Amino acid sequence: MIRLRVNGEEQAFDIDPQTPLLWALREQLRLTGTKFGCGIGQCGACTVHVNGVAMRSCMTPIAAVQGQQVTTIEGLAPNPDELHPLQQAWIEAQVPQCGYCQSGQLMSAASLLASNAKPSDAEINAAMAGNLCRCGMYGRIKKAIKNVAGVGYFDPAQGEV
Amino acid sequence: MLPALAILIQRKGRSKVGKWTRRAFVTAGVVAGGGLFVGVAVRTGHRTPELASLVADDDEILVNAWVKLDQDNVATVIVPHSEMGQGAQTALAQMLADEMDADWDLVQVQEAPATSEYANYALARGAVLGNADIPKILVPTIDGLMLQVTKALGLQITGGSLSIRTTGHYGMRVAGAAAREMLIEAAAAKWQVPAQEIETQASHLIHASSQRRAPYAEFASVAGQMMPPASPQLKDNSQFKIIGHDVQRFDIPSKVDGSAQFAMDVQVPGMVYATVRRSPVFGGEIAQLDDRAAKAVNGVIDVVTIPAAKKEDMFSGKQNIGEAVAVVAQGYWPAKQGLDALTVQWKNIGGEEADSDSIFAQFDRDLSARFERENDRLQGDVNLALERAERVVEAEYRVPYLAHACMEPINATAKVENGQCELWIGCQNPLGFRDSVAEALGFDPENVTVYNHFMGGGFGRKSNPDYAIQAALIAAMVERPVQLIWSREEDIRQDFYRPAVRSRFRAAIDAQGDVLSWENTYVDKHEPAEAPLIPYAVGAQDIGYVASPTHIPFGAWRSVDHTQHGFFTESFVDELAAAKGVDAYAFRAQLLQDKPRHLAVLNKAAKEAGWDRPLAQGRGRGIALQESFGTLVAEVVEVTVTAGEVKVDRIVAAVDPGFAVSPDGLKAQIESGIIYGLSAAMFGEISIEAGAVAQSNFHDYQILRMTDAPVIETHIITSGGPAGGAGEPGTPAVAPALANAVFNATGTRVRQLPLKNYDLKFRIEESDEVV
Repeated sequence: MIRLRVNGEEQAFDIDPQTPLLWALREQLRLTGTKFGCGIGQCGACTVHVNGVAMRSCMTPIAAVQGQQVTTIEGLAPNPDELHPLQQAWIEAQVPQCGYCQSGQLMSAASLLASNAKPSDAEINAAMAGNLCRCGMYGRIKKAIKNVAGVGYFDPAQGEV
Repeated sequence: MLPALAILIQRKGRSKVGKWTRRAFVTAGVVAGGGLFVGVAVRTGHRTPELASLVADDDEILVNAWVKLDQDNVATVIVPHSEMGQGAQTALAQMLADEMDADWDLVQVQEAPATSEYANYALARGAVLGNADIPKILVPTIDGLMLQVTKALGLQITGGSLSIRTTGHYGMRVAGAAAREMLIEAAAAKWQVPAQEIETQASHLIHASSQRRAPYAEFASVAGQMMPPASPQLKDNSQFKIIGHDVQRFDIPSKVDGSAQFAMDVQVPGMVYATVRRSPVFGGEIAQLDDRAAKAVNGVIDVVTIPAAKKEDMFSGKQNIGEAVAVVAQGYWPAKQGLDALTVQWKNIGGEEADSDSIFAQFDRDLSARFERENDRLQGDVNLALERAERVVEAEYRVPYLAHACMEPINATAKVENGQCELWIGCQNPLGFRDSVAEALGFDPENVTVYNHFMGGGFGRKSNPDYAIQAALIAAMVERPVQLIWSREEDIRQDFYRPAVRSRFRAAIDAQGDVLSWENTYVDKHEPAEAPLIPYAVGAQDIGYVASPTHIPFGAWRSVDHTQHGFFTESFVDELAAAKGVDAYAFRAQLLQDKPRHLAVLNKAAKEAGWDRPLAQGRGRGIALQESFGTLVAEVVEVTVTAGEVKVDRIVAAVDPGFAVSPDGLKAQIESGIIYGLSAAMFGEISIEAGAVAQSNFHDYQILRMTDAPVIETHIITSGGPAGGAGEPGTPAVAPALANAVFNATGTRVRQLPLKNYDLKFRIEESDEVV
């Protein structure tokens, strides 16, 4: 039996310890907000927090997070009536299109801002480079992150490039 | 894809409904101009109890096929298109709500169930009429015959950038206006006042002089009994309150908190999981299967095989779908472990000797042979032009196969029990899927129920029902509900690819550098038919194609044939400008003097990009223009090339969709189309080795990441022209604009995609092959 805390609740899993955390979350706990995209840590759709740090759950054997704190997109908001500032910013900037990658994008962005409240462009790129968006909403994702960080958003229509 | 539908209707028309032809449809509408047909969306026959039971709860009245009102005065717009991020469901609701004078805060959307009643007649209508320049008299009406035709065709397709310009304009707006008029009539009768004295505002009926004001809901049931107006009055653009304004998309809140339901998120009681492997060489069969190790994996329930099949549709003709083996297990993980433990020997039916080089060599051979060459356009005398030419410029381009690589890997959940099949899926063609699954199971379509979900990307891939059939067959074999999930590797290797294409050009140029003739021959024509045509004023044109089939399955990929032809034609135009020694933008503008809409987008993109601003050493700027799906798009790409590495700094797009129903939604779609096209232009390559796809996942089929993403500016031109699409038109111009920018920066002409295969550390001098 493997035990860990998911979104603040103690959970126990009686499964193959090599099972990736992703499938335990999706199939056992029905936390389907965390997505399967590639299975090899290349796309970031499966990103969750382990002890507050972004991690690719498709590559993380559940045994490796025994006793750890896992947060999924369902647990990102501080409480059921309030969104995380990034989630709010995502709505304001109308970021998602198909939306499939967005849980992972949000978890990566939240992890970034938790450790670096005022990231530079290069730091945002570096933190988000592991998250693919096939709908190509990188500009809007970056805008939403900057809005939350309060680092201003470069409006291309106004300035030089 | 629009012309494909037109052809489909014509052909079906001949076989199924006898005398109905394309001309007959158009004529029928015009003939009916004096006493037009009652709109399908709003006719009483459409409010069948059967239909009502599908969308209306007991306390709701189905005013017409596209909207229902409940007792809280909430208007639910029933949308016959799938949502894959393009925002069409919200935009369609805007169109209906505006015409209905609904309170936007009291509007919600519901995707139409996959039943014949919701066959997308408006889409078929747009296809039949070719969409462009539909006579105004037809706009506020719907030809009642169309419903019957469309039902027969099983159209509930989301593709071809058609949702807004067909369903929106011929369905939603008409339905909204009709609903409003019926509510007014109902109130007029009750209040005993003339209908024309009643105004509508924010889902309320208002009679000012008697100071009456009532919510729509109060009259919904009475209106529901009324004969709908044959020709409801549509608003003038200046009267729009919701159309043309930015609203928040309905689907977005659920996509930021993880609650959005994609097909893979479905949990059916008793469900088990499956994953599959199909013959790596397309069309192959299983020669020998050893599943002992797979069955020994803890959690594996069964191993079954799915027979090979032939897929046939109007777009892609006959294609071989190989035999597959499926591992069924208690979870995806054990299923995947089981799949990896299988030993399969495949028996190919041909194609195993093919690789990318041999395929392009075949194209080369067939282009030279010109066997049964067909023309897209033949005008003027190209031979005479060649005789008069001072110079002849020749160039050849090629593009590779491309996978769709939707973020959500292919999946479907099926339950087959007691002669009934239920299917939970995300797809672009629910009705078509229903029919395909029914056929595969030997069921009547009525016994297959499709629950369509948000798609984690579609891009054309999810119009092919192969995965739905697999899920249904596996569920039938193991006799319990099955969620089929493809690995990313299977997703990349068993796609219906954007075809690889080779295209040759020759142009005759006079002493001034002016273009006398344009000759183009390419392999394999699909849709849309007009994709290889150029808007430029060139007197003699000979544009045509030869067939050069391969065993690689192909299908619609965002913007379909426009992706390759935009790259080919806009690269060659650029070469002709260079041959003349003039500015690439000015050269195009000069050839567009009789195309004001084209010229306007070109000018706008150049102006906003600061085309005349000098660039530093190592930087370059390129421009391209492509009309597709009724929308004109010009794009300017700026690059910096440092030590051979190309960085795309900025892309400026000018877009003329006629009228933007949702301006921010249009911008989002253009941004998305640009990144999709840029990804392909820079990195996209599916190569064939020994008959199979060499790539397997995102490490070798690279997708553009945030680090590589340029700043994108989109400028909308509201020309008032015929309504154009949004989902695809952003894609075609980006590859040629990028290639032209690289030429501008380095002098290297990029004639083959993707760009990653070029070594740009050194300037490559390519001959213009001057004759």
